[in-house]
Amino acid sequence: MKYKRDPKRIRDVLGSKVQFILGDMACVYGGLIAGVSFFGGYPITPASEVAEGMARMLPRVGGTYIQMEDEIGSIAAVIGASWGGAKSMTATSGPGFSLMMENYGFAVMTETPCVIVNVQRTGPSTGQPTLGAQGDMMQARYGTHGDFEAIALAPSTVQECLDFTVEAFNLAEKYRNPVCVMADGEIGHLRERIVIPDEKDLNLIKRTQATIAKDKYIPFTNSQTIKDCKVPDFPTFGTGYHTYVTGLTHNEKGFPATDKQKDHEKLVKRITSKITDDADKLEKVEKQNLDDADIAFVTYGASARPAETAMDIARSKGKKIGLLRLKIVWPFPEKLVANLAKNVDKIIVPEMNLGQIYHSVKEAAFGNCEVELAPKIGGEMHLPDELLKYLGVKN
Amino acid sequence: MVEVNTAEKLNKKFLREGMWPTIFCNGCGHGVVLEYTFWALEELGWDMDKVVFASGIGCSSRLPGYINADGLHTTHGRAIAFATGIKAANPDLKLVVFTGDGDCAGIGGNHFIHAARRNIDMTVIMINNFIYGMTGGQLAPTAPLGSIATTAPYGNIEPPFDICNLAKALGANYVARWTVNHPYQPIKSLKSALEKKGFSLVEFLAPCPTAFGRRNKLGDIKKHWEWYDNNSILIEDYERIMNYGTEKEKESIKHMFPIGVFQDIEEPGFFERYENLLNRLMEKSKKPIVKKAVVRK
Amino acid sequence: MIEVKEDWCKGCNICIERCPVDALEQSETLNKRGVRPPKLKKNNECNYCRLCELLCPDMAITVIPEDINKDEKKSLLIPVGGRKQNEI
Repeated sequence: MKYKRDPKRIRDVLGSKVQFILGDMACVYGGLIAGVSFFGGYPITPASEVAEGMARMLPRVGGTYIQMEDEIGSIAAVIGASWGGAKSMTATSGPGFSLMMENYGFAVMTETPCVIVNVQRTGPSTGQPTLGAQGDMMQARYGTHGDFEAIALAPSTVQECLDFTVEAFNLAEKYRNPVCVMADGEIGHLRERIVIPDEKDLNLIKRTQATIAKDKYIPFTNSQTIKDCKVPDFPTFGTGYHTYVTGLTHNEKGFPATDKQKDHEKLVKRITSKITDDADKLEKVEKQNLDDADIAFVTYGASARPAETAMDIARSKGKKIGLLRLKIVWPFPEKLVANLAKNVDKIIVPEMNLGQIYHSVKEAAFGNCEVELAPKIGGEMHLPDELLKYLGVKN
Repeated sequence: MVEVNTAEKLNKKFLREGMWPTIFCNGCGHGVVLEYTFWALEELGWDMDKVVFASGIGCSSRLPGYINADGLHTTHGRAIAFATGIKAANPDLKLVVFTGDGDCAGIGGNHFIHAARRNIDMTVIMINNFIYGMTGGQLAPTAPLGSIATTAPYGNIEPPFDICNLAKALGANYVARWTVNHPYQPIKSLKSALEKKGFSLVEFLAPCPTAFGRRNKLGDIKKHWEWYDNNSILIEDYERIMNYGTEKEKESIKHMFPIGVFQDIEEPGFFERYENLLNRLMEKSKKPIVKKAVVRK
Repeated sequence: MIEVKEDWCKGCNICIERCPVDALEQSETLNKRGVRPPKLKKNNECNYCRLCELLCPDMAITVIPEDINKDEKKSLLIPVGGRKQNEI
């Protein structure tokens, strides 16, 4: 049967308004609230709980859950379901994310909205399945071949897992691009208190359906119903538009144009500028104590929690430390970080990897201040004392 | 006089404007399969707004581009997984998947196995030309022993993949294999496959004079088409001779391709079972649920 | 009577080879691709079996039924596995 989003039924299934749940389950809750109706998954630690939660709850709101044969099948089914008209998502970890890269590029090229939750774990290869890391951040930006723009969010608390999943769906539907929610094993397997938002506080976005007459409709060009919008109207399969969707370079009508330089340039530039033009709107950060800071932490995800504690300890000892927490990591907020670099003496980037967002920070800083990396790998979060050493403060 | 379908009428109804003529070589069997699909669709009288064609990569996977309906041209080998998603989102749509021998039996083998096992409601039309044609003639998993390809220049030493028997073992609802030489049986078979609920597979043995034929002494189109005539045998005859024939008869037909309808059963499909699951949950939800989580308000 | 879309024909000659009564041959003129499309022979015995129409990979040939009320034997076969779907 076809899915119809029923807010009352969703809240009946989710249960009480205030709960104490896992980060993975918060992603499930976020998806259900956003109106997801297809989940294609495959078990992988530490993201199996997302699939299990969806298997329990999605049929009860009328959606479809299929455990596919592998991660490649999962992302393929998710993209197919999106073209069938459903809001769809999948959840995986490092090894699965690597497998999904080809079809992730396909979703970018065909402008398909979908959400991928990556509960990161240590790598490379099988690594430490049960421990968290932040080693896939660059992969979310550059993982698949070719030129493309990525959108990725990094939650730091279990409540943010829920909120960011809802936000991810909004961004995916608005820009017709796949969106990654880059959680990590620490937050994914953490239990915290969450509050389910009321229906009136939500602002759900749905993709612009194509409604123009069939002989005037052009599938892969600027929107024909919204002014100055580079995102085309979506021709859901079954509504009679007879669209040909292909991963090959295509012209505006969707026909393959593999021998035309100008068509490829026009297509890829439109797909990337959809997001780069809106870089200002896609800046979402949390600023703490930056007005008079001498040293600032620029961080995201799980690493932000010990950084905040270190900042509080240092402030109590009189040192002027600030914190910039990135909520949307890609597209990277270059202007914001560049401004920050002009106002502080030093930026420290704590990450649970050997330096990934550090490079973007360094590039944006452009030599205006010193940028230092505080790496930690092996599956353990930074301790506040370790970060205090970078600040030159003794506890 | 009664209204009769002609190729002219089908052209106007089913072909996508601006995409014809096809990219296929002369003598290629793919165009013939496309034509048979059109005849079958016309006989069934389906609403083309509700039919979706999915395909992978290769010569066979270019077919949806020529059909005036919604088409999804996906990555190599994954067409069946994409089609599963489309069907899950909107079970009213009818799915037809065009795929090739390398696309379905090579890289896409895993997706094919699980879709057939789950009995997902779709029709897979696999066009088998024993070679990877689009990329220049590399070895395919279905190639006969001893055939030459660019990546098997000294002859193929791997036994070929028999996908119809695999689908039969997995319990697909309809399995058939035909050559493209004779039109009536394939068109009738395609009609049955398209109408059938659950997973249907129709394999077509199509000639590829450019990539396969030229390297295997079958470059002449006439000779290549006749090779299929002489080397195919109906499945009923094949089984009869293998079970009861003389040694001499068995020798003479051992290398031939059995064609015909392998399996035609009516098992419930995946989405039928899922529908029953949802109904069962709805019934249960009418009774009050005991909430397990104890939360302070 | 057959009608050939000359620009669509790729010159594979399948229709000519497979005609059961040998009623087709290559024409003298070349089309845009440089191949010779088929045409009916002068003394042909075309019985409207339509195999050429069904087998053409490019759907370039159409068999046009002449008035068939005169001769029952030369009725147009409708391709549904040999069974006649509608009565003529």
